[in-house]
Amino acid sequence: MIKILFFAALRERLDCEQYLLSCESNTLNVASVLSQLQSRCQNWQQELSRTDLLCALNQQLVPLTASVQDGDELAFFPPVTGG
Amino acid sequence: MSIFVAVQSDDFCLASEYSELRRNAACGAIVTFSGLVRELHDTVLHGMTLEHYPGMTEQALNRIATDALNHWQLAAVHIIHRVGRLKPNEQIVFVGVASAHRAAAFAACEFIMDYLKNRAPFWKKEHTAEGDYWVEAKASDQQALARWE
Repeated sequence: MIKILFFAALRERLDCEQYLLSCESNTLNVASVLSQLQSRCQNWQQELSRTDLLCALNQQLVPLTASVQDGDELAFFPPVTGG
Repeated sequence: MSIFVAVQSDDFCLASEYSELRRNAACGAIVTFSGLVRELHDTVLHGMTLEHYPGMTEQALNRIATDALNHWQLAAVHIIHRVGRLKPNEQIVFVGVASAHRAAAFAACEFIMDYLKNRAPFWKKEHTAEGDYWVEAKASDQQALARWE
């Protein structure tokens, strides 16, 4: 399984904090996971297509090309606004 | 060289942090920054809620502090960031840098804040008289990184 987390405005707009995705391929990357999530419904398609979306793999910021493996923790969130 | 990072709901005390930073005898300069919840121009701000990504936040702040230590000769770096509900004028963030000379301390403090603003997973939601709104990221914060790259 891949544990997927959503934060802040994205979490609210998807109405989802955590989503578990079964890992059926050895050649997954962040973009292909995102594509699976986008296909769930029109709202997810729209929200997860935003160009400013950030992604963290096992709590490190990564690009969409990063490889994803079974057991990984993936998080998607809007640009950060701390400080 | 020492790093102290904390993500907490409790407030922090500038005098205590300053005293901690002063402990190192090699330190000849201390620069501190504190960020506060600021009033809005166009509506009444009742407060804000700071959300974060537990685990990643601490790692991101430690990484930023380590990067600062690798760039400049520093004696100590302290970063404290609050989360949860905060009222106007409350303290949000503290960065304190101790070094032998002031130039390194000034530069490192700005470096840490610039990277914290762009890399640490915190999000602010403002509670105003007109409703609740997530704060949008500013292009100027992103542009501030250019001087370090």
